[in-house]
Amino acid sequence: MDDLLLLAWTLAKILLIAVPLIVAVAFFTLAERKVIGWMQVRLGPTEIGPLALAQPFADTAKMLFKELVMPRNADRFLYILAPLLTLAPAFAAWAVIPFDQGVALSQIDAGLLYLLAMTSLGVYGVILAGWASNSKYAFLGAMRSAAQIVSYEIAMGFALVCVIVASGSLNIEKIVLAQAGNAGFFEWFWLPLLPMFVVYFISGVAETNRAPFDVAEGESEIVAGFHVEYSGAAFAVFFLAEYANMILISLLAAIMFLGGWLSPFQGWIGGFLGEPSFLWLFAKASIFAFCYLWFRATFPRYRYDQIMRLGWKVFIPITIVWVAVIAVLIVAKVVERGV
Amino acid sequence: MDLQQYLPIALFLGVATVIGIALLTLGSLLGPRKPDSEKLSPYECGFEAFEDARMKFDVRYYLIAILFIIFDLEIAFLFPWSVVLDQIGWHGIASMGLFLGLLVVGFVYEWKKGALEWE
Repeated sequence: MDDLLLLAWTLAKILLIAVPLIVAVAFFTLAERKVIGWMQVRLGPTEIGPLALAQPFADTAKMLFKELVMPRNADRFLYILAPLLTLAPAFAAWAVIPFDQGVALSQIDAGLLYLLAMTSLGVYGVILAGWASNSKYAFLGAMRSAAQIVSYEIAMGFALVCVIVASGSLNIEKIVLAQAGNAGFFEWFWLPLLPMFVVYFISGVAETNRAPFDVAEGESEIVAGFHVEYSGAAFAVFFLAEYANMILISLLAAIMFLGGWLSPFQGWIGGFLGEPSFLWLFAKASIFAFCYLWFRATFPRYRYDQIMRLGWKVFIPITIVWVAVIAVLIVAKVVERGV
Repeated sequence: MDLQQYLPIALFLGVATVIGIALLTLGSLLGPRKPDSEKLSPYECGFEAFEDARMKFDVRYYLIAILFIIFDLEIAFLFPWSVVLDQIGWHGIASMGLFLGLLVVGFVYEWKKGALEWE
């Protein structure tokens, strides 16, 4: 009976994360269209509901009522498996995200390793979708985005190693607590790890295949890339996974480099503004999420060889050097280690 | 504490898969189903699909995959090292310096050999 109760309680907590996540994705797509619209002196969506707030739901309903087309030559099993393999890790990664001190579904000690594993698994969905569709555009798009994702994952991994060196733990809650102190936002890891902070977020944008790194779905060359043969609800699943990943990267950047739920004025002023709160975390993550949209409205698309050069010849050397620098600084006790 | 903490994660993976399956099932139930031979052919911007999509691809993608495995393994080695760094101190720095140094030599070699060129 106790086990059953625990199971039900855990399921309730999972839904408490998954449902708001889906809603957040829905409104993030609306925000994207509105923000990019305003940046290009357009209005964006205006019609459905007050302030177009019902637009995401109309879009969802429309996608669900579209025909699911499976190409004749497709590998049926892999074709259906691919969107699931993309969605499951994109959602499961949220299991270890702490939203406030002690507020996480699961506080495993290997949290960061788990996150790296989950964000890496997404590439299987991409490869499988491109292969199973048996279409040239899908195949080319899958090859491109897979190579791009794994390349930027190396830079991302090295940036995470720097975070572990500075914090001394793989536990995400401890990583945030290692950034607590009395010097406000100068205690956070963005300062000792400044190059890694920049590399991490740019790699995150590349990893999620977003503009300006969106050659995988460069409309002018290979249409939509790996999911060109997916329609209706199957496309919606890819879409959901992509946006869930974008929000995840935004949250992670806030957690690892901007002190998570800690206040930027910690130790300086008291009262509500000096207290840690989950509102800080959401505010910081929103900045990164906004940057995603801003990049898309501002930057022209990179060429593929430029993307690979940036990943391999700029980011990887910088990150390797910074691993050495931060390790020496920590051991020489120039920078104090958290925990 | 430990293994019990992984149960919610396994459950979450299950729930996420169920959400995906539910969406796909809903889509196939609600959507129309009127297949015809043109609709089911691979999409090629209006052209007739002229050969199989299982074609030869550039060896550089394969190369990237191999290099990725090397570097990702390296990161996997760095994770435990970086956790205990304050206990192993300068000895740890020296050992990892040697290990990383060897990899950097390999990295320079592949750079000079042109494995990272995309022209």
